[in-house]
Amino acid sequence: MSKRIDVADLNVYYGKFRAVEDVTMTIEPRSVTAFIGPSGCGKSTFLRTLNRMHEVIPGAYVEGTVTMDGENLYGPGVDPVRVRRQIGMVFQRPNPFPTMSIKENVLAGVTLNNRRMSASDKEELVERSLRGANLWEEVKNRLGLPGSGLSGGQQQRLCIARAIAMAPDVLLMDEPCSALDPISTLAIEDLIGELKANYTVVIVTHNMQQAARVSDTTAFFNIAGTGAPGKLIEMDHTEKIFHNPSQKATEDYITGRFG
Amino acid sequence: MMILMDDTATGGRSAGSFQGKPRPGDRVFAGTALGAGILILVILAAVTAFLLIQGVPGMLADPADAPTTLGQSASFWHYVGPLAFGTVWASLLALLFAVPLSIGIALFISHYAPRKLAALLGYVIDLLAAVPSVVYGLWGITVFAPAVVPIYTWLNAHLGWIPLFAGTVSVTGRTILTAAMVLAVMVLPIITAICREVFLQTPRLHEEAALALGATRWEMIRMAVLPFARPGIISGAMLGLGRALGETMAVAMVLSASGIVTFQLLTAANPSTIPANIALKFGEAGYGLNVNVLIGTGLVLFVVTFAVNALARWIVNRRKDFSGAN
Repeated sequence: MSKRIDVADLNVYYGKFRAVEDVTMTIEPRSVTAFIGPSGCGKSTFLRTLNRMHEVIPGAYVEGTVTMDGENLYGPGVDPVRVRRQIGMVFQRPNPFPTMSIKENVLAGVTLNNRRMSASDKEELVERSLRGANLWEEVKNRLGLPGSGLSGGQQQRLCIARAIAMAPDVLLMDEPCSALDPISTLAIEDLIGELKANYTVVIVTHNMQQAARVSDTTAFFNIAGTGAPGKLIEMDHTEKIFHNPSQKATEDYITGRFG
Repeated sequence: MMILMDDTATGGRSAGSFQGKPRPGDRVFAGTALGAGILILVILAAVTAFLLIQGVPGMLADPADAPTTLGQSASFWHYVGPLAFGTVWASLLALLFAVPLSIGIALFISHYAPRKLAALLGYVIDLLAAVPSVVYGLWGITVFAPAVVPIYTWLNAHLGWIPLFAGTVSVTGRTILTAAMVLAVMVLPIITAICREVFLQTPRLHEEAALALGATRWEMIRMAVLPFARPGIISGAMLGLGRALGETMAVAMVLSASGIVTFQLLTAANPSTIPANIALKFGEAGYGLNVNVLIGTGLVLFVVTFAVNALARWIVNRRKDFSGAN
């Protein structure tokens, strides 16, 4: 289920503007990798290139390669739709489908792939996914109600349940807690700790304590100034990044001297 | 809201530093808005009163007192029945063509077409709305009706076992189906414009949610765009239906009517519609209760339109929890 991602010499462009420059990194399976850095440093943009979601933005394209267990995501003939079915994504703001019930939300991705599914298989998958997202106990008696009636933190866990129902190889999370209160944030962080047993988890966060709490590896991105592309400055074990970084810029950022 | 806050602020203390005078701009705006709201109610009430006062005598009239209209009918209700049927039938047929086409065009503009083509197409659709209905009538009678006759003949020959296509095919092509198709073209712009606006308002979050689950563009539209837009599509269709129900000239010109009730689409004997009937009969109805009978049919149309709109609102509100408005 869990796969390794290798990124080599990746540049991301929005039209003529280069947003991210020359990123090379390896993301280990069954671990949590956090991207940190100041606003506009391209970490979210870079995250989106890992499941080709940046292509939704007009004019965005990449140079370089992203391979998942040896398979190039940008190879000729690769269908971005198939890529996204294997690499799930959770967004900054919770986005359950408002017109669907909780149950339908969980099944939304699966029904795209596999229309023929027995009712009992569906029940089973819904329960397994919601348990996996630590949401089952809270919603088991109202699976037929709209997902938009849940609290923000519950909605975000519903989105995680929806993503893991697809049994993805990798789970990308773009600032999943930035719209949530501290208690909901804690619930999501606990969940991330559990998810890494089965998935490769990549999380973008503005919150350095969060990166320190949940991740095994941390990558620090930075920009030289407005209009300059974002760059990967340093990537290492989280412990090392936060206690003994090898780059001055990383240390300045961690210690709050800027950003 | 502003006024409310001012009240609570000045309510407590005397001559406190939070005291202030109502701003004249607020007063003028509130007054104008209230005036506009009242005006529309007054106009509606006046129209209703006119229809009731003038129409009810017609509805109760003895056929002998209104020979040119009720001449061959046993009563007002026998007269208006086929007309009401024709009105609703023609309009529903028109919607049947217009709604899927409008949704398709609107989706193309909002989600498929390159931006320049989308803008151009938007203008062209809006232009369709600017064509006077008399022109549609002329076009329908001189160009469209003769052109569809071969198609009708084919339908009748091959699918004549379906009751809709049964009967003797009209040689002029001026049937209720032709009228409905002309109506469809006329209501297309309004439905398309509304659908396009609603489709464009689909939250990006939901579109991305679908795409991130591995939805293709069409699957994304089905998962995120159409469910979100459903109330808007229904509202657009209802506005279109309203226009189709009230459309007069095009139907009066295109349709060769004989005041019967039939579901057959291709024959020369077609039900007329209320507005077209009023337009055609008004000139010769100038005495007795004839005019009142026509106004009575207008009242029936008013009630039908009102009922259709109420039904649409009920449909929209039924799944309010799932509308995405919360």
